[in-house]
This record gives sequence, structure tokens and C-alpha cells, in this order.
Amino acid sequence: MEEIWNALGRALSFGTPLLLASLGAVINERAGVVNLGVEGMMAVGALAGFAVAYGSGAGDGNLYFAVAAAAGAGVLASLLHAFAAITLRANQFVSGLALTMIGLGVAGLLGKRFEGFPLFNQAPEWPFTVGVVLLALGLAFVLAYTRLGLVLRSVGENPAAADALGIDVVRVRYLAVAFGGALAGLAGAFLSLAYRPSWTDGMTVGLGWIAVALVIFVGWSPLRAIGGAVFFGLLYYLQFRLQGQSGIPTEFFAAMPYLLVIVVLALAGLRRVQGAAPEALGQPYQRGER
Amino acid sequence: MRLVPDPNPPRLRVLWVSLGAIAVALLIAGAVFAAYGLSPLEAYRTMLQGTLTDWKGLSEVLRRTIPLLLVGAGLTLAFRAQFFNIGAEGQLLMGAIAGGGVALFLPLPPLLSLPAMFLAGVLLGGAWALLAAWLRSRLGVNEILSTLMLNYVAQYVLIYLINGPWKGQNVRGFLYSDEFAPYEQLPTLPGTLVHWPTLLLGVVLALALQVLLTRTTLGYELRVVGENPGAARYAGISVPRVVLVMAIITGGLAGLAGVGEVAGIHHRLLEPAQISLGYGFTAVIVAWLARGNPALVLVTAPLMGIILAGGDLLKISLNMPFRVIDVFSGVMLLCLIASEIFVRNRVRWGRR
Repeated sequence: MEEIWNALGRALSFGTPLLLASLGAVINERAGVVNLGVEGMMAVGALAGFAVAYGSGAGDGNLYFAVAAAAGAGVLASLLHAFAAITLRANQFVSGLALTMIGLGVAGLLGKRFEGFPLFNQAPEWPFTVGVVLLALGLAFVLAYTRLGLVLRSVGENPAAADALGIDVVRVRYLAVAFGGALAGLAGAFLSLAYRPSWTDGMTVGLGWIAVALVIFVGWSPLRAIGGAVFFGLLYYLQFRLQGQSGIPTEFFAAMPYLLVIVVLALAGLRRVQGAAPEALGQPYQRGER
Repeated sequence: MRLVPDPNPPRLRVLWVSLGAIAVALLIAGAVFAAYGLSPLEAYRTMLQGTLTDWKGLSEVLRRTIPLLLVGAGLTLAFRAQFFNIGAEGQLLMGAIAGGGVALFLPLPPLLSLPAMFLAGVLLGGAWALLAAWLRSRLGVNEILSTLMLNYVAQYVLIYLINGPWKGQNVRGFLYSDEFAPYEQLPTLPGTLVHWPTLLLGVVLALALQVLLTRTTLGYELRVVGENPGAARYAGISVPRVVLVMAIITGGLAGLAGVGEVAGIHHRLLEPAQISLGYGFTAVIVAWLARGNPALVLVTAPLMGIILAGGDLLKISLNMPFRVIDVFSGVMLLCLIASEIFVRNRVRWGRR
């Protein structure tokens, strides 16, 4: 029994950054903007959070400021994507990929001086976990029952009609992308402040990509994202649990998250989840000439 | 300022916009260097002096150009068909694995060895891309995500092999395979790492792909599929078939590049990061700069070769993290695709 509770606890802890990042991605995708830069924004957020918490020495920084800095760094990174994809109408998929490279690159470069130092003012995990579940419930409500949710969805489904109704499509999309960036940054902060209080290059270990795939898997629903994140959290737990014990090579476990993303996307294809995608997902909006 | 759509941009504007995007990218990357605590001027001086002022530097650029040329030429085809293959890195590694496997374990007459290695590399690299293409045609799996994930999988397959069943006899703690026999190694220009047979192959294949794209039925079908899939179906072109053939070509060329790297430079299988310096990702920029023209890759591949060789120098002589290449590639890719709007539109100043 204790074993089960333990497993569930670890699954929640692995699932927290996944849920944070994928909720953000759900929101910006509901507004019609794909952002494949989650992994990069997470890395930037993790570094910013760690740098502020680390302060002048071994952890005299304010943790609240650190969390805010992580979210802020995520927003700044996401605005790069927003500018390219919304204002300049660049290919959203490639722009997001470039953002991941930039985020991982910049964080790896600027984080070199922090590498290997432990953080003594570690943050607890539970506020992140509780907060993100409440956030998922809140977002589900906002999307389904409020004017704000309607505005967001209409921009993602039919931007031209939304525009005709007087909704500022560009502004809504910018805000949605920034929201996604903030949550990806928070997911990074969870990793570098609470889960493994330190900074190492590559500490996001592909979680950002899984978060992107999760959005498709759960059919753009914040509620179902909770279940999806716990499911993947459980798989992560099993991966670490089985690693030392079985005769299966460790490389297989290391490759598993990436294989799972493909499997998940294929399953989503089989279930024809793509039909639930926002109609204008991935398409830049350009107001017609009048 | 107003933008007026222009479906047929003049070549000169394409050139100027591309150069402008590269200049902006270099400025932004310079700002990142400054934040890291390195003067951008010193960084760029180190890069240029180390690559373009002597034969040793130039040969390093040429060495980096070889895989970029092969992979980039293949990617132009993929992008023409609107198949965003971000997985050339993994396809290259699978090619290296296949070539290495043939070299290490398949007893062949010496004359046949190298051709067999190249063939195996093309097949496995092509299969790796085919998997993603099939997943897209059949199950609608986004190919950017699937090819990217397959990169990681390929890396771990390689690490598993050189850490396990293919680990060399006398390499102690290193993750190496055994060395290839002398007849399984490619000749190089004296005193350099430029394996010229692969270079020659790259030039020939880039030109051949240009002919394929512009002068053959398959090339025509491929362009139609990319520009207007609906029209392609209406014209009786089988879209899945075209995409699958294209995937085999683009993955095959990446696999070929992988064989070239291990047979020409390392003469054994070793860790992924040592076989490829992110060639698959840099080649995306090579192909984008060439705007879908395989022959133009002959110009854009050396250009990115300078960046890769220069980035490598920053790593070695200034002790910077390997992420420096990611910064370059990411910033450059972002600037290039963001500048696309100035290619497809004319800028008019003033109101109407």
C-alpha cells in the first residue's frame, strides 16, 4: 500500500512540470498559435529561477522573486516566438523549433557559471503541484463558461470572424503566447528550485517536448491534461524505478520518453484526436484588405 | 509602412533580405556572447581568423561543408514537398551505424566494402525518415515532432551499441567501437580531414537533385504536392507515394553523410556528439537559405561550414560550452524565417 502511495506521489511530482507546461501550451494553441519552443522556455525559466534564488552565494535569494523571474524569463522568450509568428507571420513550427534551440543555447551558455552548485534554500514541491491542479480546473472553467474563454477560442477557431466582431486577434494571440511562456518558465522553476535544486545544462530532459505532445493527446482540454500528466508522471517514475533492477539496458529507459511521444501521437492519430484541434491552429492571421 | 504582396520576388531582393537576416542574427548572437562575458568582436575575430586566413582553417571549413552539403541538398527536396524533416541528425547517425555495422561485422572483399557501407547507410538513413513520413501519411503524426524525437532515439541506439555489443576490444573506458580496416577508410586530402570522395559525391548529388527537381516527372510531382496538395490529388498524383519517395531520398542522403563522417574522419563508431556537430540542424538552415534549390546548396553549405568551424574554435580556444552552436543555429533560423515576410512582400513607405 505504501508503495502505491509512494508511486503516486512521485508520479505527481514528475507530472507537475508536465502539467504546467502543457496547460500553457493548451492556452496558446486554443488561440491558434503552436509553440514548439516549450523545451527552450523551460530551460530559460529554470536558469532564471536558479540564478535569482542562488543570489550572491549559496542561496540567499528570495524564492518568490526566483519564481517570478522564471515566469518572466519564459514570457520574454515566448515573445520572440510571438513576434516572429504573429507579427511577421513566420512559419510557427519552425519558429518554435528555433526558440527551443535559442533557449537551450542561451541557458547553457549563461548558466555555465552556476553549474555544479547546490541550492540550499530549496523550494517545496507541493505548492507547485496543488497550484497547477487548481489552475487546470480554473482554466477549464474559464475556457468553457466565460467571455474571456469564448474570445480565446474564437480567435483560435475563426480569427476573421473574431476580428469582424471587434476582437483584437493579434493582442489576444500575443497574450496567449505570453501566458504559455510564463507557465513553461514556471515548469522550469519547479525543476531547478524544487525538484532538483541546482542548475545543469539539459536538465529539462525532453519534458518540454512531452508537454507539447501531451496537448495533442488530451485533445486541447485542461481537465484531461491532469490525467495525461499523471499518466506520464507514472511512466517516468517506472522508468527510474526499473532502471537499476532489470537486465534492460539503461539507454532504452533514456530513450523511452521520446519513443513515448511518438507512440502518444500515433495513438492520438488512431483516435482521430486531430479533429478536436482549433480550426486556425498554426495559421498566421492577416486581415484582408478592405 | 505598408506591405504589398509580391508572389514572384526578384532574386536580388531575396539575396538582400537573406544577407540582412544573417547580419541581424550575427548581431543578436553577439549580444548573447556579450552577456556571457565575451566581447562579440573578439568572438567573431577568432572565428574568422581561425577559418579563412590559412589552409588549415579552410580545410576545417571544407570538412564541415561535406555533411552540410549532402544533408542540405536532401533537405531542399523535403522542404519543397512541405515535409519539415528536422530529423536529419538522427538519419545521419543511423547511416553511420549501418555503415559501421557493415565495416565491423560483414566480411566483404575489400573493393566492395566501401560501396556496401555507403549503401547500408543510405538504406537505414532513408528508413529512419520513411518511418516519420509513414506516420504522417497514415496517422497524421506531425513530422516535426516525430523526426525530432527519432533524433534522440537514434542517439541512444548508437550509445547502446558502442557501450554494449559493439564496444571495441581494446578501448578500455572509452565509448568506441573497434577501428575500421584500412580498406574501409576513405582517403583524405594530405594533412587534412577532408575526405574528398564524399565531397565529390556531395557536389554530384546536389547537381543531380537539381536536375531531378526541375527536369523529371517525379520532381514536377514533388513541387505540385508541396505547393498545392489539393491540386496534386486532383491531377491524379499519389501524395503519399511522392512523400515516401522524397523521405527516402532526404533520409538517404543524411545516412550517406553519416557513413562519410565515420569512414572518412573517425574510422570507428563513437559518441553521437563526436560524429555530428549538429549537422542535421545546421543543414536545415543551409536548405532554407538555398530556398529549395539543391544546386544552391553548393554556396550555402560552405557558408554555414564557416559558422560550424568557427563555433568549434570558440569551444576549443575560448573554452565555451558546446551550446554556442545552438545559439548560432537557433538565432539564424529564427531571423531567416522571420525575414520571409520581406521576401514575399514589397515594402511601401508612407500611407497608400
